[in-house]
Amino acid sequence: MKSLKELKELRNKVQKEMEMRDQSTKPEIIVGMGTCGIAAGARDILKAILEEVDRRNIDLRVTQTGCIGMCEKEPLIDVKMPGKKRITYGNLSTDDVKKIIAEHVINGNIVKDLVIAKHED
Amino acid sequence: MRELTLHILDIIENSREAGADLIKLKIFEQPEQDSLKIFLKDNGSGIDEDKLEDITNPFVTTRTTREVGLGLSLFKQAAERCGGNFYIKSEKGKGTEVMVEFPYNHIDRAPLGDIITTIISFIAVNGDSIDLIYRHKFKNREFCFDSREVKKELDGISIQSKEIISWIKNYLKDSFAEIYGGEN
Repeated sequence: MKSLKELKELRNKVQKEMEMRDQSTKPEIIVGMGTCGIAAGARDILKAILEEVDRRNIDLRVTQTGCIGMCEKEPLIDVKMPGKKRITYGNLSTDDVKKIIAEHVINGNIVKDLVIAKHED
Repeated sequence: MRELTLHILDIIENSREAGADLIKLKIFEQPEQDSLKIFLKDNGSGIDEDKLEDITNPFVTTRTTREVGLGLSLFKQAAERCGGNFYIKSEKGKGTEVMVEFPYNHIDRAPLGDIITTIISFIAVNGDSIDLIYRHKFKNREFCFDSREVKKELDGISIQSKEIISWIKNYLKDSFAEIYGGEN
């Protein structure tokens, strides 16, 4: 692989930024990536999340899960804010994702009309 | 699934659920030989021999293990509807291998689709825990991406960091520009 050297410079930059962040208070978004999710557009949803995170420069953990049994509500994501209930949003478009990140992740307000479930954990 | 890369993403998800920490993906495009081949190999938990026979039957599913379901049957169907072939090999405790072959120029062959987004999405979410070796060949030109090589340079920084993901994305874009040479 070529240009691996560039990575070293990048590494120093990332290291500085990481020192400034508090790792324990990261919000998390979990994307449903089972066959049902992927067929319904989960890859575009994930792409939109990564783009929003990049554009707004938010410190957010993005993870994936398999089929959770709500295939008809795919594509769906869970938003887990530190110390708060996990919220599941379903039937999403990429525009919905932008809205959820702006309203829920950044401002802390659940986007009620897109919620399909709440979890206690 | 409209794109072959969505099938790839789906099969990779199987590997993840099977506890793999190394996935090998090879895509060989040989338009002159009318051949497109996709190989996927993982070091996950593997599939039992008796289950393997029926693994591409959509009505055979063991959702408790979360290792089978519609994914493989859809991939097989995508190959067979244009006269292609689907093979699966698996050994319990060692891993699973899937090989799918398509006639490159067949009108019913789904397009390969957005491979860069597919790779990037996977690494951005799983890169810290699962390594990916990805080789892509177009005619006689090829490149190879190995996430383990990237990690060596990172010295503990997460490969899932935005900046690193963006570097990988550009790396893949450049590599594709090179192997396609303006042809695709």
